[in-house]
Amino acid sequence: MTNFVAPIERSMLAKAGWATLAALVLVAPASAQQRDPAYAAARASGQVGEKVDGYLGFPVAPSAEIRRLADDINIKRKAVYAERAEANGATIEEYAFSAGCQAIARSVPGEKYQAPDGSWQTRTAAAPLRDPRCP
Amino acid sequence: MKPQQLTKPVWAATSSAMELGASRQGRSGRFGMVRAAGMKGLMLIGGAMTLAGCISVNAPDKPIVIELNINIKQEVVYRLAADAGNTIKDNPDIF
Repeated sequence: MTNFVAPIERSMLAKAGWATLAALVLVAPASAQQRDPAYAAARASGQVGEKVDGYLGFPVAPSAEIRRLADDINIKRKAVYAERAEANGATIEEYAFSAGCQAIARSVPGEKYQAPDGSWQTRTAAAPLRDPRCP
Repeated sequence: MKPQQLTKPVWAATSSAMELGASRQGRSGRFGMVRAAGMKGLMLIGGAMTLAGCISVNAPDKPIVIELNINIKQEVVYRLAADAGNTIKDNPDIF
């Protein structure tokens, strides 16, 4: 089939192919730019909360489904932490802790977060209780 | 209970040690003659001390778990803060 395509047309086809690929690459992350509805619901209902160490935890005993959901997100978080930690010359734990500071700060009223003493707190309009090392 | 058990042998050993000076053999020999029960008590204490010694020697062989948070310094957290904030913004599906 390609035998019948003139060289100019072939290069145009190639360009179109690259354009399509580029468009797909650009679109792909955008499709993952929102919380999964189940995750959003688990956060809002306090079934998962932000831990001090930068990962999701369980303020109450989780169902199998909630545990799977949080484990899945925590694995993805760790992958991101590992990549960024390497780029910044830090350990995964240091980066994760730093992200935990930010994640707790960004929690919204009604969501659960872990205080420095390990207890679970419900976020209010007031500033959350954070580790003194948090900026 | 414990102080009573300790006081008896210590009282006997102290007086004989003072009399005999630094000689360890003489002290224990005399001590054995003076009070067999005190000797038993000493052996028990010695056994306990040996056990305690074993534990303190073995402990370093095992990995020492250090609380994670203690290792993280504030300056590092501050340095990473901006990057961590961007990471959260760039990955809203998992944060």
